[in-house]
Amino acid sequence: MEDVVSESVVSLRGVRAELGSRPVLRGIDLTVRRGEVVALLGANGSGKSTAVRSVIGQVAVSAGEIEIFGVPRRRFRDWHRVGYVPQRTTAAGGVPATVTEIVASGRLSRARFGMLRKADHAAVRRALELVGMADRAKDSVNALSGGQHQRVLIARALACEPELLIMDEPMAGVDLASQEVLAATLRDQVAQGTSVLLVLHELGPLEPLIDRAVVLRDGCVLHDGPPPQAVGQHALPGHDHVHPHAAHDAEPLRTGLLS
Amino acid sequence: MDILDYAFMQRALLAAVLVGVIAPAVGIYLVQRRQALMGDGIGHVAMTGVGLGFLLNTSPVWMATAVSVLGAVLMELIRWYGKTRGDIALAMLFYGGMAGGVMFINLAPGGSNANLTSYLFGSLSTVSESDVTAICVLAAFVVLVTLGLRRQLFAVSQDEEFARVTGLPVRALNLLTAVTAAVTVTVAMRVVGLLLVSALMVVPVAAAQQLTRSFAATFAVAVAIGVSVTIGGTVTSFYQDVPPGSTIVLLTIGAFIALTALASPLARRRARAAAAAQTAQDPTECAIPATRGPESTVGV
Repeated sequence: MEDVVSESVVSLRGVRAELGSRPVLRGIDLTVRRGEVVALLGANGSGKSTAVRSVIGQVAVSAGEIEIFGVPRRRFRDWHRVGYVPQRTTAAGGVPATVTEIVASGRLSRARFGMLRKADHAAVRRALELVGMADRAKDSVNALSGGQHQRVLIARALACEPELLIMDEPMAGVDLASQEVLAATLRDQVAQGTSVLLVLHELGPLEPLIDRAVVLRDGCVLHDGPPPQAVGQHALPGHDHVHPHAAHDAEPLRTGLLS
Repeated sequence: MDILDYAFMQRALLAAVLVGVIAPAVGIYLVQRRQALMGDGIGHVAMTGVGLGFLLNTSPVWMATAVSVLGAVLMELIRWYGKTRGDIALAMLFYGGMAGGVMFINLAPGGSNANLTSYLFGSLSTVSESDVTAICVLAAFVVLVTLGLRRQLFAVSQDEEFARVTGLPVRALNLLTAVTAAVTVTVAMRVVGLLLVSALMVVPVAAAQQLTRSFAATFAVAVAIGVSVTIGGTVTSFYQDVPPGSTIVLLTIGAFIALTALASPLARRRARAAAAAQTAQDPTECAIPATRGPESTVGV
């Protein structure tokens, strides 16, 4: 593995993917370098979720190359270096589970044969403290609010102490208080050198953290550079894009919680 | 205890207890991944195995195990590849399995649907020495998997997509769950019968959930309920001359109703306490409708 400053932790070159017969990614190039925070923006259906899901191997790629930490994705095995937050509004399954039980499953990538040692339990506790959920550790996730579910999902990703965080819309359905907590958590992680690739509908409270924005439209990269500046009312703190407005400069269009 | 004076009752009780342990132990992972009825499907497929066992003059238990393991693996493959028409394919597998069973048993020399009845509804008192050996071996395998791999199975059943990123062999674990469920179905076949197997896998878990907040506690309580109802049902059937399979299942449902009645005041109190803690913590928070479940997260 090369050890240069601009070493890439995620790299997609000419990636194409189809869902059914519909092309969703039509030749995407995307690089996240060490220590960088890259936001993937775009309207619904632009392919941003598919792009991150192709990185983790959840979506089959029909052409192009994907590398994680310089290793082709198919041969990549060091999953403990990657923390993933899937697009969810709930951390609950069909059976009750405590916050700790959910977060501990994020530690499995470092646990041998699924045995959690003292150090692993300590890491789980630290992850819960990072998202401010340590006091709810023994509670059932069913008793949590939407924002707290998201905090649990992020703690689960942080439990393996990853060098790279991949997050798919971590702010969807999250109340303002939790958004602030999540932004602070992410700021700490970035300060410690964690690289981040995250899918966002809008920059929101994470805006100051973001080094680069990649905007997708119809499965193609439309913009790759500094984050687009929000103007007017959209720039106000706490503004939530719940009203439909014209897609301008590939500004994400959000019509409601169902989107 | 005069009930233990009879060798057939000793075997019956042993088989019943083992099933009481393993059925909820596997069922909890099926319920967690919202495939509660998978056990029912495997039960249908196992009928072909029973029929084949009669036709080929081999042990129906081992033949049913082989066929239901194959069927469970097939179901798992259908789940991977047949995304859109998956449910239709599963339906065909289930009913094909049932029809195959009836066909094979009638083709067998001297066989008729009457032979099937003991497999459909259980026949605890006819459990033989060799049945007990088979049940012990298979139950040991199930316990080993469901307890030994509990963290891995929990992660995969909770969030398959996330489990993949922790580097877990998701497909292998899914197949192992399917095989373990199939083995459990055939073990439970003699106790409660193929048509009632799923009840013992699902209902104790559902009953336990009424009281518990953690997965570990749900697991323990579900197994405790499973063992209580299988022993209770077997003993009742001995003294009252009622069929053990249906007694066990009705007792399980009774336990579910009793625990639900017991739990609703408890749940209300917990909800109030949680709500109080909530408002104390972040007063600005409003309820967010959970409009998007894990199934509908294929946004692009």
